[in-house]
Amino acid sequence: MAAVKDDVVLEDLLRIDGLIKVFDGSVRAVDNVSLTVAKGEIFALLGSSGCGKSTLLRMLAGFETPTAGRIYLSGKDITDLPPYQRPINMMFQSYALFPHLNVWDNVAFGLRRDGMPKDELAERVESMLKLVQLGKFAKRKPHQLSGGQQQRVALARSLAKRPKLLLLDEPLGALDKKLRESTQLELVNIIEQVGVTCVLVTHDQEEAMTMASRIAVMNEGYFLQIGTPDEIYETPNSRLVADFIGNVNIFEGEVVEDEADHVTVRCPECLHYVGHGITGTPGMAVGVALRPEKIHLSREQPDKPHNWCAGDVADIAYFGAHTTYHLTLVTGMTLKVQQPNLTRHSGQGLTWGDRIYAHWSQDAMVVLTQ
Amino acid sequence: MLARLISRFRSVFRGRNAVILVPMLWLFVLSAVPLLIVLNFSFSEMEIASVASIWKWADDALTIKINLGNYLYFGQDPLYFDTYLSSLKFAAITTLWCLALGYPFAYFMARAQAHLRPMLVMLVMLPFWTSFLLRIYAWKTLLVSNGLVNQLLMALGVIHTPLQMMNTPFSLTIGMVYAYLPFMILPLYANLVKLDVRLLEAAADLGASPWKTFWLITVPLSKRGIIAGSMLVFIPAVGEYVIPELLGGPDTLMIGRVLWDEFFSNNDWPMASAVTIVMILLILLPITIFNKYNAESKSEEQA
Repeated sequence: MAAVKDDVVLEDLLRIDGLIKVFDGSVRAVDNVSLTVAKGEIFALLGSSGCGKSTLLRMLAGFETPTAGRIYLSGKDITDLPPYQRPINMMFQSYALFPHLNVWDNVAFGLRRDGMPKDELAERVESMLKLVQLGKFAKRKPHQLSGGQQQRVALARSLAKRPKLLLLDEPLGALDKKLRESTQLELVNIIEQVGVTCVLVTHDQEEAMTMASRIAVMNEGYFLQIGTPDEIYETPNSRLVADFIGNVNIFEGEVVEDEADHVTVRCPECLHYVGHGITGTPGMAVGVALRPEKIHLSREQPDKPHNWCAGDVADIAYFGAHTTYHLTLVTGMTLKVQQPNLTRHSGQGLTWGDRIYAHWSQDAMVVLTQ
Repeated sequence: MLARLISRFRSVFRGRNAVILVPMLWLFVLSAVPLLIVLNFSFSEMEIASVASIWKWADDALTIKINLGNYLYFGQDPLYFDTYLSSLKFAAITTLWCLALGYPFAYFMARAQAHLRPMLVMLVMLPFWTSFLLRIYAWKTLLVSNGLVNQLLMALGVIHTPLQMMNTPFSLTIGMVYAYLPFMILPLYANLVKLDVRLLEAAADLGASPWKTFWLITVPLSKRGIIAGSMLVFIPAVGEYVIPELLGGPDTLMIGRVLWDEFFSNNDWPMASAVTIVMILLILLPITIFNKYNAESKSEEQA
């Protein structure tokens, strides 16, 4: 995770103010979105397809004109600038490398448009190719490169002009899973080495969490929540966010007791004693989100009045590093439980149909009021 | 042994081969054989009312008499050289005009909304529903001295005496460009419609103005379409006979008319054949270049 260092004075580079994009007169692709991105930040727009994240990115690049709202870069209003006059470069999904130009000319394309002197241009292109370790491939055409190499050419091309803001559209979407994991960190390293501010769009929450310093979760054109990866994962502010990021069990219930340091929530399955306060009143309907990896299993009935329930093993999915159990509770609800396989054969001999007790600590849950 | 022969015979005439056989036969009988006959004629000479055979069988000896006189005659009469040059010139002018008119046309079609495109393609092909000959005749009625164009211009007061448009290089060029324009538009359209719009966005993103993007991205990437369209126009235009005959005049020498005269007026088949062979050789050159380029860019795409 690329966290922004605390001692760095954060200065706003990008400010989006009440941005709206309406397609065909009625479809609100982006619905009144405001945002500031600090210099040096890697900011992720996360959401499923059709949530408006790509439209937002395209408005930043200048390919779409906002219906309303303004975009400021370093305090300058760039809303009405055409794409070729913005100090912003984009790495396209599936790269959009120019097929008739070789790697060198692809990287040099943007610099040539600026009329950069020959020597300086050659030096810049060389250093860019070195940065992405493609010096040997300068004379190759894009179709002669592997997917990972093409991705690096695209990165070099978008960084060559030293943009103030780099936009990444599903940067790793075209790579296979194995390559994606190694490339994620490599990409972050290069971006941090260059020190460019970055807005990336992805539907892959893992990608957003590994790469970004802050994430905005988007749904139907607006932001559900903006925060650091751990804030979004550990303290989601709504059922939608909790559900979208990772796996989650959500118990529906009502508040019994609401104190400053704890809340008790009664659900049909069990009584929850949650170790944080909420802004609510007794009797209020809430959801209690509980991540599968924060649940423990035991054969014996736990000796406490709350935070446990009994269930029957309905499904076992072995993933190697961990095992996911699906427990059917008395109410019919399915509880997902993830157990790390700390030792070999650590499955406790659990099998289908076994009665088991799931229990968790008071800090494992989050109360969702929305 | 016999069984093997039969199975071999069968395998030759099965599936793929059988399918290829039909066009191969077609090409052989209707293209290769006539061409060989013409080649044979071109080395022969005229006897009183028939063509002398170059093959003679006498006294157990086969003598082949190759007469190069027809070809050597090209050097003596500048008419042929001038006509070839003039044909190439008019074909080139036609090709350039078709490209200049066809490219924006094809570009507009390719950028039109997807559901409009089939209709636009239909409109381009619409003229083919009428006989080619009729359409060229129609131009005649438009361009003659008391034709529609002159009448209109005089009625508007632009001119006071009719313009001589018929039987000039102008009328010939208009007819040729009109007739061949669809052959330029269609391959260009097929190429441009496949152009990835994101490449244009990428160019804009990297600082290229729309005009620069067009020259640096769109045009180079449509090179194959440009070449294909140009060949489809240029090659038949070189040998065009009907349009020069109907719309051309004394200033518009085209090899197709010379060919016709040699065959039907002079009745000199060997000379006409020689003219044909040289014309084919002239056209073969651009075709070879086109094929070579096509093969290269194809292997590039597949790699």
